[in-house]
Amino acid sequence: MTEIKANMAGSVWKITVKEGERISTGQDIVILESMKMEIPIASEASGQVIKLSVSEGDFVNEGDVLATIE
Amino acid sequence: MDNNTYTNLVDKIKKGGAEKYHKINSKKNKLFVRERLEKLFDESVDIEDAFFANCMSEGLPADGVVTGIGKVNGMTVCVMANDSTVKAGSWGARTVEKIIRIQETAAKLNVPMLYLVDSAGARITDQVEMFPGRRGAGRIFHNQIKLSGRVPQVCLLFGPSAAGGAYIPAFCDAVIMVDGNASMYLGSPRMAEKVIGEKVTLEEMGGAAMHCSVSGCGDVLAESEEEAIVFARKYLSYFPDNFKKKPAAIPPVHPASFGSSISELIPDHQNAPFDIYELIGRLIDENSFCEIKKLFAPEIVTGFARLEGNVVGIIANQPKVKGGVLFPDSADKAAKFIQLCDAFNIPLLFLVDIPGFMIGTKVERAGIIRHGAKMLAAMSEATVPKISVVIRKAYGAGLYAMAGPAFEPDCTLALPSAQIAVMGPEAAVNAVYANKIAEISEEERPAFIKQKQEEYKADIDIYRLASEMVIDAIIEPDKLRGELVKRYEIYSNKSVTFTERKHGVYPV
Repeated sequence: MTEIKANMAGSVWKITVKEGERISTGQDIVILESMKMEIPIASEASGQVIKLSVSEGDFVNEGDVLATIE
Repeated sequence: MDNNTYTNLVDKIKKGGAEKYHKINSKKNKLFVRERLEKLFDESVDIEDAFFANCMSEGLPADGVVTGIGKVNGMTVCVMANDSTVKAGSWGARTVEKIIRIQETAAKLNVPMLYLVDSAGARITDQVEMFPGRRGAGRIFHNQIKLSGRVPQVCLLFGPSAAGGAYIPAFCDAVIMVDGNASMYLGSPRMAEKVIGEKVTLEEMGGAAMHCSVSGCGDVLAESEEEAIVFARKYLSYFPDNFKKKPAAIPPVHPASFGSSISELIPDHQNAPFDIYELIGRLIDENSFCEIKKLFAPEIVTGFARLEGNVVGIIANQPKVKGGVLFPDSADKAAKFIQLCDAFNIPLLFLVDIPGFMIGTKVERAGIIRHGAKMLAAMSEATVPKISVVIRKAYGAGLYAMAGPAFEPDCTLALPSAQIAVMGPEAAVNAVYANKIAEISEEERPAFIKQKQEEYKADIDIYRLASEMVIDAIIEPDKLRGELVKRYEIYSNKSVTFTERKHGVYPV
């Protein structure tokens, strides 16, 4: 099980995967908006998205869990 | 001593420690110290002194360290290399004296000093002779600090560098660590458990992967000793032997071919990410990039490269990671790299695409102002040829940190897509018209914001900034390489002294 975390503070602009979806390493799962930039967050693991912990528009801090991959 | 005794003794010393320690090392894919040196040097060590150190004692061949002089890429370099088959590479009195002497030799000859570290630390039984005194281990670090910026100093970390020994890599220009075997720590996990009650593995606390990606104490993570040695040879090819000389040029090579041009690579939309490696690849001689701290603070990219055969040091924002925003670690990474280039006459190239320094509680508490100031100071002080190219945007103090016009770059170039401002249009309009936006109706808002953003964009238009001579030239993206080659050649005669004083006082 791998937790994908935000690498910087910002708001969740887009979620590009769905719960239950199979994804591969390096695939973008969430795009944050921070410092007026789009910050793609890629998965560090291949597997199934078992949980999305955030919704679009949420504020997240550095280190907050965005999704869990198994 | 007859000839037979001499030959026997030499053979014995050359073999290092007991066979069982050689076996333990080879199980961990560790090479014997003399094999490492053969791979590192063009031939081998040409001169070795104090080979017989401690030969009157049993089981301490060369006192656990090889010190000598040889050639790497034809350049003379001094080396010290721990032998971990001899009392785990620990330092006795003669070990320390040998290291100090080879450093003194490097200083006299003005040649690079290499440290091949694989040592358990001080030999406690010898502590009075090797630890506290004038020529105790402290002198090794004192010498390193004195050599810093005079000659290149590189550490290849093949095993532990424990406690005080961890300062050898700390004072080197670059530290290459072998994954799985190399480690740096002040107190071992066993000590941490006893003294502060923390339970942790060596790899978590002081392993190579951690140091190369989290602490920033390591610069390059190598998969094997061979890879580490190949990297060290490559790294040295970008350097002169001392601060008085310039790095040697090699025959020019065309950049690698890509499917698209620079203008096609850069997104129209300022906020969209792109991969800065792809831009770097289109500018530099093929296969010439030698990256430093690739895994640490990847929102800024630092590395050596060649432009028509000549060495440059590149500092580039990476829009693909954290938007290319500067953080405490990225500022720190850039500061050291800039100092390294400036020390050894390596011209600097700043590729700028930066939304600014990160804001928020977390980074303020981490001292982002202090770390950012470090980067500004290093960049400002650098007197080598210094070119700043604004690729897309340079906002706020990001412009300053990336060698903005006020910091005496030899020129500030901009691509037609560039924007330079205190902040981007969205942020600026929100800041300036916050009250007005709140007052007007929701239907009117989008049109109002758009209009103000357009006005703002016109105000910071790159042609306007060129007209005001803020920037020195606007360059077509696909002609950037040619422009850089031409300018670095012209600027190569640059010779300036930053200022006269003992030394600056910066937020280190």
